[in-house]
Amino acid sequence: MPAPSVTAPSLKADDLACLRGGRLVFAGLSFRLAAGEALVLTGPNGSGKSSLLRLVAGLVPAFAGTLDWTGAPGSIAYLGHQDAVKPALTPRESLRFWAATAGAVPTASGITAALAAVDLAGLDDLPCRYLSAGQRRRLALARLELGPAVLWLLDEPTLGLDAASVARLEARIARHRAAGGLVMLATHVPLALDGARGLALQDFAVDEAPL
Amino acid sequence: MRAFLTLLSRDLRLALRSGGDVAAVLAFFVITVVLFPLGIGPEAALLARIAAGVVWVAALLATLLALDRLFAQDYEDGSLDLLVLSPLPLEAAVLAKALAHWLLTGLPLILLSPLMAAMLGLQAGVWPVLVLSLLLGTPCLSLIGAVGAALTLGARRGGALLALLILPLFIPVLIFGAAAVEAASTGLTARPHLLLLGGCLAAALPLAPIAAAAALRQAQS
Repeated sequence: MPAPSVTAPSLKADDLACLRGGRLVFAGLSFRLAAGEALVLTGPNGSGKSSLLRLVAGLVPAFAGTLDWTGAPGSIAYLGHQDAVKPALTPRESLRFWAATAGAVPTASGITAALAAVDLAGLDDLPCRYLSAGQRRRLALARLELGPAVLWLLDEPTLGLDAASVARLEARIARHRAAGGLVMLATHVPLALDGARGLALQDFAVDEAPL
Repeated sequence: MRAFLTLLSRDLRLALRSGGDVAAVLAFFVITVVLFPLGIGPEAALLARIAAGVVWVAALLATLLALDRLFAQDYEDGSLDLLVLSPLPLEAAVLAKALAHWLLTGLPLILLSPLMAAMLGLQAGVWPVLVLSLLLGTPCLSLIGAVGAALTLGARRGGALLALLILPLFIPVLIFGAAAVEAASTGLTARPHLLLLGGCLAAALPLAPIAAAAALRQAQS
């Protein structure tokens, strides 16, 4: 289990704006996220939930505004829409690879534990092409078990998950927060997250006006 | 370094497991070379004269064959996002992927090239120069190709665009490579051409990963 860093890291966004394909998706967005907190992004399709997560991850630059993450550079885990699962690799190989690229030293027992945590034990050595969509999603979620990440950015983490897996994810997020972790997630499915704050992205939509 | 080797071994494993890719490149190389005697006719002197150029052009086209998949699969399945976010510098990731591409295409082509040269009747004394020129030249092709593959990422008809973009950049490598063999077969020294090829490689090795990484970051946003 990755231990969170001693100094409590926090995320601070001020007056963020995001430009996608020549359209201002949202503007004037500010929020704070401290250790142990969770922020649930809601809003209709195209309101910029994924864009905001990609922006916080550092995959796309902000069009305006400032974003301040006080944690270490490698302490952000991003789970996008896609699972980044290679059909030809086995779940064990996938996790070993992602742990190494995330800067962690993968151990056989650590990977076994991560697979067990998402209830994929026993499927370790089956090529991922035989996994169902939900199982692939669970394998992607297992990446969170391996890295030293403190801030989790989850883009619709429940996509394709069954009820038991959703409950397991909720419990996992609660444990991560209890250990001082931060979670930002976009979802269309209501999730049971104690004391999570909401951020409705449609409130920051910009009226369609030519730039 | 660990992450670099992990990425390299993953790419090799993926290519070998999905199979076919390496075999297709090699088959393409052999068939392209075989087409020349069929088209030109079995005149031994003429074939020996053009052998070096034919092997080089065929190697160049075969290299191009697998290039458009270099980043495309990682881009489509979201792996590229994670590579960009990884503590491993993206330049190093590009280098690992270009190296994997070379090990899977360049190196097998080099191993096959004496056979092709023999088939075209290139004098045996020149084969070492041909192999050496390919050894210096094909890594350049993989590196320059990585830049093209990164630039055309996400483009429709990316494969055709890639060829248009990259083939002109392959020209210097082709000229020096073919000229080295040409010089050796006419009894001149191949050294200056080989040195120039080495220079191309020395320039491409640091510059191409930087350019390709910049293009990949651009493709993300």
